[in-house]
Amino acid sequence: MSGILNSSIGRKFAMALSALFLMVFLVMHVSINFTSVFSEELFNNLSHFMGTNPLVQGLMQPILIFGVIFHFVMGFILEAKNKASRGVKYASNSAKDNSTWMSRNMLLTGVVVLAFLGLHMYDFWVHEMTVKYIEGDMSGLIDPNNTESGFRYYEELREKFVSPVRVGIYVVAFILLALHLLHGFNSSFQSIGANNKYIKGLKGFSKVYSIGIPALFIFIAVYHHFTH
Amino acid sequence: MMNLTLKIWRQKNSNDKGSIVDYPVTDISPDMSFLEMLDVLNQELIEKGEEPVAFDHDCREGICGTCSLYINGRAHGPSTRITACQLHMRSFKDGDTIYIEPWRAKAFPVIKDLIVDRTSFDRIQQAGGFISVNTSGNTQDANAIPIEKENADKAFDAATCIGCGACVASCKNSSAMLFVSAKVSQFALLPQGQVEATDRVLNMVKQMDEEGFGNCTNTGACEVECPKGISLENIARMNREYLAASFKG
Repeated sequence: MSGILNSSIGRKFAMALSALFLMVFLVMHVSINFTSVFSEELFNNLSHFMGTNPLVQGLMQPILIFGVIFHFVMGFILEAKNKASRGVKYASNSAKDNSTWMSRNMLLTGVVVLAFLGLHMYDFWVHEMTVKYIEGDMSGLIDPNNTESGFRYYEELREKFVSPVRVGIYVVAFILLALHLLHGFNSSFQSIGANNKYIKGLKGFSKVYSIGIPALFIFIAVYHHFTH
Repeated sequence: MMNLTLKIWRQKNSNDKGSIVDYPVTDISPDMSFLEMLDVLNQELIEKGEEPVAFDHDCREGICGTCSLYINGRAHGPSTRITACQLHMRSFKDGDTIYIEPWRAKAFPVIKDLIVDRTSFDRIQQAGGFISVNTSGNTQDANAIPIEKENADKAFDAATCIGCGACVASCKNSSAMLFVSAKVSQFALLPQGQVEATDRVLNMVKQMDEEGFGNCTNTGACEVECPKGISLENIARMNREYLAASFKG
């Protein structure tokens, strides 16, 4: 087992595991976010739980951050290795005849999603970390000195989607995420060796997942923009 | 009859930089094979005292896997499930410009013009693409071993890989996973291949990586361009075999 990460298959396996982990996380993320569309209270309670629960904050959040960083770093390592393996380029290459645009541009779509993550982290995560761990306010309240003021999460979410530019960036980023997932979902199963009689059904599900999850994120952003 | 413009990669030797050179060819019959068209060109070049274009060919019936031309941006040309020697000029139109290039991969260095060194495939095979059989005279008849029909068919399909390298040439990462997985699968699916299964997959993948082939990113280009239709399912099988062998130690 030693040195498995030094092998091409081992690296792809690790890449696939991190992708599967992130895809599970996306389901959880969009599920919580979607509650903001129909229940302010439920969204606030879930956000407060996720933001203050020691297991989530102390264990799940670091694992998630590691998963994100690992996925991107490994993506760049694999891309660099792959570029070096080709050497001279073809004068004429009809790649579109044998592969999808999504499968050939995972780095491009991944980098756009990475750039978006920077904005997303700035919008929500940095703010959360500052309030909770620098200012020391773990109450989650709009006014920490007034318990009647209610949780701040829903209002903060709505505030972020006032700007049409930010909403536009979110929409573009999630379209790129959908393109990334349209190849990445199936690819991750292939990399862990799962290509069998169930693969046809899995491919159908992957389309629903890859378009459905980003579409829900887009819907949430657009919904709050137009109802604010 | 057709008149064509050929844009052919010319490279004197492995140290030469190489470049695309234009060659007009006239009166090409649509019934010619692609290699016969190159034969006509070479005859003209020889008559003019010029160096003929070097290209690989042997059986000319799609079995040996020797011909290795990247034609108009695709391995073995625009048709599917054929080798370059099975491609006919009727696939092109009068006045067409045709790019003819060698396989491009760091692990397949150009020797001359359109000929590349594919001995990296041989070294991968030597690393484990075989079964050790006692040939002392009491060897068991292979037909005496019952094998599930489905597995026998899949093993046979994998064994039809002719090692032409179109998978590597078509892959944007120059990955050899389809070739190696076919060679692993043809044994992994049969009882005869089980004895050396662990060492086989570990050693062949190790050699594949050492040769400088890229990582598979599952674009599927290899499967589309493979003249024998080797399935991506083999790559998944090799991944399983490799991971199980790695954890086994």
